[in-house]
Amino acid sequence: MPGSEWLKNRPRLLEGVYAGSKSALQLLYPLLKRVLPAAFTERVFVWSEEVSKGYLFNCQMCGQCILHSTGMTCPMNCPKNLRNGPCGGVRQNGHCEVIPEMPCVWVQAWRRDAQMGRYAGEIQLLQPPVNRALQNSSAWLNLLEGADAQPPSGWSTIELE
Amino acid sequence: MVNSDQTPSPGDWELQSGESRLLQVLEAGHFAVTAELNAPDSADPKDVYANVAELGDVCDGINATDGSGANCHMSSVACCALMARAGYEPVLQMGCRDRNRIAIQGDLLGAAALGVRNVLCLTGDDVSAGDQPEARRVFDFDALHLLRTARIMRDQGVLLSGRKLTTPPDFFLGAAANPFVPPQDLRHLRLAKKIEAGAQFIQTQYCYDLPVFESFMRRARDMGLHEKVYLLVGVGPLRSERAAEFMRSRVPGVHIPDAVVDRLAKTPRKRKRAEGIRICVEIIEEVKQIEGVHGVHIMAYRQEEAVPEIVERAGILREKPKK
Repeated sequence: MPGSEWLKNRPRLLEGVYAGSKSALQLLYPLLKRVLPAAFTERVFVWSEEVSKGYLFNCQMCGQCILHSTGMTCPMNCPKNLRNGPCGGVRQNGHCEVIPEMPCVWVQAWRRDAQMGRYAGEIQLLQPPVNRALQNSSAWLNLLEGADAQPPSGWSTIELE
Repeated sequence: MVNSDQTPSPGDWELQSGESRLLQVLEAGHFAVTAELNAPDSADPKDVYANVAELGDVCDGINATDGSGANCHMSSVACCALMARAGYEPVLQMGCRDRNRIAIQGDLLGAAALGVRNVLCLTGDDVSAGDQPEARRVFDFDALHLLRTARIMRDQGVLLSGRKLTTPPDFFLGAAANPFVPPQDLRHLRLAKKIEAGAQFIQTQYCYDLPVFESFMRRARDMGLHEKVYLLVGVGPLRSERAAEFMRSRVPGVHIPDAVVDRLAKTPRKRKRAEGIRICVEIIEEVKQIEGVHGVHIMAYRQEEAVPEIVERAGILREKPKK
């Protein structure tokens, strides 16, 4: 698997980078939106996410990044695409049921979540289903536009009670 | 065609009212027994009834598996519908491997219309575990999405899209738990998440390792989870040490300690099967004593005939209300 194991095992450093990037982008985005054509911005973001997050997390470009809630470990690397893992098939050595030579991403995610600072414990949140329509779009832009946080309308009816 | 004693009158096809009988048993404080039906590789309903015959009199619910081990068998919705119309109490196993969210919600409605009240929401074994590993895996949902969606359909009377249902399904919702695989020290947290998503009962993976199960239950009790959910412990008789070896190396998520395998290996060939049943009975007797355990789920693959004996010898046989 590509990506840097050394960095992956430092979730505290990675969450700092995430939080910093988020603040910076939220600050810059209104300006960016005014001066650059939307299609160009999308292309640049998609490309840079493919390169950076591809290297760091083996990002699958689901377009709705929840890395900071999953121990900075990409859940879309789970062959079953779980957003609320791990499944019951984890091997006794902590490896994946489907890919025996790969450590279970969800076992790693839970371990790394415990090492985190500001986002520690977020792994216990119930994550909504993946919006498959966002595949291959920019997760950063979806975050800035709020498009990544819109679960199906029936999903939230229980909280509204 | 189906023979006449199994053919329902038209009235039987009206939506069967009444809540889950499995829930009633658990609410009454009884030690519940469920078992797994071996779904046939057949288009004949008689094959379902043949497999269920041994189980009906000793069980409070019968699970129909959903392509277990990623092998194709008669669908769980069909097995459950056949069981329901013959008066059994089916537990529909619904996995996320083979259906997207549209099919899942449609099948839930259809199952409810056919008289199914109990649904066990699963992620499902991966396609690679079965005999058609070249199939496409779906996994549009995970088990928690499925649980919560079923709960929304029942409690809010809407589909996930928000579209209203004319008659919502009345489900007793369950989920699986596997305390025996890593991360063992965190498995109770996933149980908590499943309860939050809507699980009312739990059926666990095969329990052959009591110390691991006991520490799982201790952690669950510390969180008060034993008061929020009915927990049925998965058990099953092992035919021989070879069967045990096969299960633990080939069936995803099954953990069998060496001590159990050795015990079977040391037993003379003729008595292995009886020894497997004895181990199963001993485990039931042990887990029955654990606070927060509300029953057992017996998975006796191709040993359905052993289930009545296990239930009787473990001292958990009750007079069942006529089905």
